[in-house]
Amino acid sequence: MNWILVPQQFMTGILNGGTLALIALGIVLIYKSSEVFNFAHGHMVMLGAFLVWFFAGGTSQEASGMPFALPFGVAVVAAITVAVLVGLAIERFTLRPMTGQPLLAIILVTLGLAQLLEGTTTLLFGTQPKGFPSPIDSSSVITIEVPPINGQSIVFLDRIILKQVLVVTFIVAIIAAVIFILFFRFTRAGLRMRATSENHELARSVGIKVPRVFGMSWAIAGIIATIGGILLAMVSGVSINLATVALVAFPAILLGGLESFGGAILGGLIVGLVAEMVKASTVIQVRNSAEIAPYVLILIVLIIRPEGLFGRKRIERV
Amino acid sequence: MASIKPAGEFNTAYEQDMRFLRNPRMIILAIIAIAVTYYLPNLSPGYLGPTLNLLAYTIIALQGLNILTGLCGQISLGQAAFMLVGAYASALLMIHINWPIWLTIPAAGLVAGGVGLIFGLPSLRVKGFYLTMATLAAQFIIPWLTRNIAPEYLGGTSGSIEVPVPVIFGVALNDPVKFFYLSFTVLIITTILTNNVTRTKLGRAFVSIRDNDLAAELLGVNLFSYKLRAFFIAAALAGVAGALKAHYQRGVGTEFGYGLGESIILLGMLVIGGLGTRLGPFFGAVTLILLEDVAIEMGARLAEIFPDQSAQLLTSFRPIFFGAVLILFLIFEPRGLAHRWNLIKAAWRLRPFAR
Repeated sequence: MNWILVPQQFMTGILNGGTLALIALGIVLIYKSSEVFNFAHGHMVMLGAFLVWFFAGGTSQEASGMPFALPFGVAVVAAITVAVLVGLAIERFTLRPMTGQPLLAIILVTLGLAQLLEGTTTLLFGTQPKGFPSPIDSSSVITIEVPPINGQSIVFLDRIILKQVLVVTFIVAIIAAVIFILFFRFTRAGLRMRATSENHELARSVGIKVPRVFGMSWAIAGIIATIGGILLAMVSGVSINLATVALVAFPAILLGGLESFGGAILGGLIVGLVAEMVKASTVIQVRNSAEIAPYVLILIVLIIRPEGLFGRKRIERV
Repeated sequence: MASIKPAGEFNTAYEQDMRFLRNPRMIILAIIAIAVTYYLPNLSPGYLGPTLNLLAYTIIALQGLNILTGLCGQISLGQAAFMLVGAYASALLMIHINWPIWLTIPAAGLVAGGVGLIFGLPSLRVKGFYLTMATLAAQFIIPWLTRNIAPEYLGGTSGSIEVPVPVIFGVALNDPVKFFYLSFTVLIITTILTNNVTRTKLGRAFVSIRDNDLAAELLGVNLFSYKLRAFFIAAALAGVAGALKAHYQRGVGTEFGYGLGESIILLGMLVIGGLGTRLGPFFGAVTLILLEDVAIEMGARLAEIFPDQSAQLLTSFRPIFFGAVLILFLIFEPRGLAHRWNLIKAAWRLRPFAR
């Protein structure tokens, strides 16, 4: 361990984890309401980022020839609208016919959707990575001085430098997550969704339209994915690779437990943290392992505590 | 037909029944078909040569996945990573120990199978989606390892090494036509092996695990042992396929197409062909590889018309076609082409009494 870097990496990891937590929430939402593991969620995230880039007319350097040049806020609203429609269409045309099919079929449908979304996005927006019209300058930083202990600073670096954009994305992600959880807990629609996630038949018998709830959860997942995409793109720009980045949300939800929103958020933070903390190592192989650290983590979780931190203990040991 | 008997005479032995199903005519037809297939790449070395080789090793990988996913019901997103293991194993054995190809290919299978066992270990405790995540972890961890450990052997961060041309009986298999003799021979062997797996106790145990694991355990199937065997067979066949792919492409590394995308495409091929059927891997691989060619051709034609967007036209149709076909199959024909083929065969047999 290179202790000098630890506080810096710790803070960066937590901040990165915020966005992951938000993305993980979208997957948990779909799973809770309709028991679908949405492997296409990462691609919905990517699509969201591309849509905002498209509606905002690209960055100022590449603005020529773009059909739209909306202000950033309006572009976000437009992108969310499209993402909601995409979410509804996905639910209506691909997952509703699959109701009651085995796990493999469901997983494969979402994998097929992921490929379809990837191809369509490439076709519409091109293969080149794009700059994101971020409202925040990505080079500005916040510096936090760490006061030396007993007048001397030996172990840690004396300051933590945080990118402003990371701080903003973390705050936005946490606000979005809190709004989402409040919605789930305190509105009638949220109550319906919770009832559906408990038991489809019982929910139907008290007059809840379960297909409509499915549609709504996909629409909300579209919103969450778009926000997550914006936050990821603000840090790293818009490209097809955002989908792979967002795939790391799967280890996060396994870590947190599949059924738990709180677990998803905590899992996202932990995964973000682990991916950054390995960079503080002195061994080059470990430093390079940031991209696979989450997957090593889930292998360990799967062997030691397969239900995750807050999941229901429902796995049969057979 | 000679096997139709007058009324009142019955078959009294199993062999007599089997003679009806496996008559000499069919064996002769099979031999002719195999001979024709061996000759096939000569007809158009430019297209059929590469395509048939691609088909051969894809089908071998699919046969492995078919045993794990189709028969045993364990979803694997890591088949391409196990191919990578086999590819490296075969290449390194040939480069550093000078083993001949007919030794490196089985060795590649064993090495990949061993790695598959490691990632099958979580199946002791978890199943379904959780196990899928373990294989997804394999799909990310294995390529990372090849890029980051032992750079003097595995090619380091750039992630590729050159693979020597395999030599058999003094003949260097340095073009697709010659290489197909090797890949098709291996395909025939793996087909016989996998067919035997489905027909024997092992395959029955796999199917019982897929259909109901609790019932299977009550019937005396040791779940952990059998799941590990399924993982071993799947990864070993992936390793054999990877070894062929490496020697065919004469290079191995993460940029030669061993990523998550390839694993997903393999699963998709299996579903389109027909899960758990012997013909499924053949139908699935042929369909999707033809479809890919169509997509590439279509992209190239459109790129000529719209040269501005050529980059995205060339790359985007492949995933679009694959995703759309996969979704359509899952919704409308979830049992795959093999099922449809059986329906057509049944209809042909009953002709003209049924359509």
